[in-house]
Amino acid sequence: MNAFTLSESAIDGSALAAALADAAAGACVTFEGWVRNRNDGRAVLRLDYQAYAPLAQAEGERILAEAAQRFGVAARCAHRTGSLAIGDLAVWVGVSAGHRDAAFAACRYIIDEVKQRVPIWKNEHYADGESGWLHPDNTPVAGPAAAG
Amino acid sequence: MKFRILYFASLRDAAGCDAEQIESAHADARALYEELRTRHGIVLSAGRIRLAVNGEFATWDRALRDGDEVAFLPPMSGG
Repeated sequence: MNAFTLSESAIDGSALAAALADAAAGACVTFEGWVRNRNDGRAVLRLDYQAYAPLAQAEGERILAEAAQRFGVAARCAHRTGSLAIGDLAVWVGVSAGHRDAAFAACRYIIDEVKQRVPIWKNEHYADGESGWLHPDNTPVAGPAAAG
Repeated sequence: MKFRILYFASLRDAAGCDAEQIESAHADARALYEELRTRHGIVLSAGRIRLAVNGEFATWDRALRDGDEVAFLPPMSGG
């Protein structure tokens, strides 16, 4: 099983967390990113995630390897692709470590790097019928398909 | 030279396809991007784009070769 997975179907966080179990671990930190019903003041109906799958897989694995090296943790991450509804689990990060400081720091590192570096894009569909691809800071990309 | 170009997100919407085979005289990735930007009316300038060649990130000084698969990646927004 890969440490980083792209998934077209629902992510099972508890199954991923179980894979982190280790008798030497004294801490487990998990992060769940959920689809929110509003962004930048606009009502959101659903999201579509698009990924450049081979490169997303490779870059995701690199980030997890960096976290293992820097913080001395075991880590996994899963990210959805395709169409998601409000409340769906979009991204899951889990880290186990000897102590909580390393686990918290590594979890934060992984989600921040994933958002910046893994080639995945989020298209928000708004209640007013418009849609738009987002920048990492959640502002719309200017262009014909942007929300305006 | 022949290239396979991959499009994602707003670039895919502008190009109207997820990939295309093209013929271009440009071995310079930036010049190739500008050619495609003009052809498809892509808004994002090259400064906002990351380059990937044959499935790996590449720098803009990478000389393209015949048959390369080239992706111009808009700012990512996963998570």
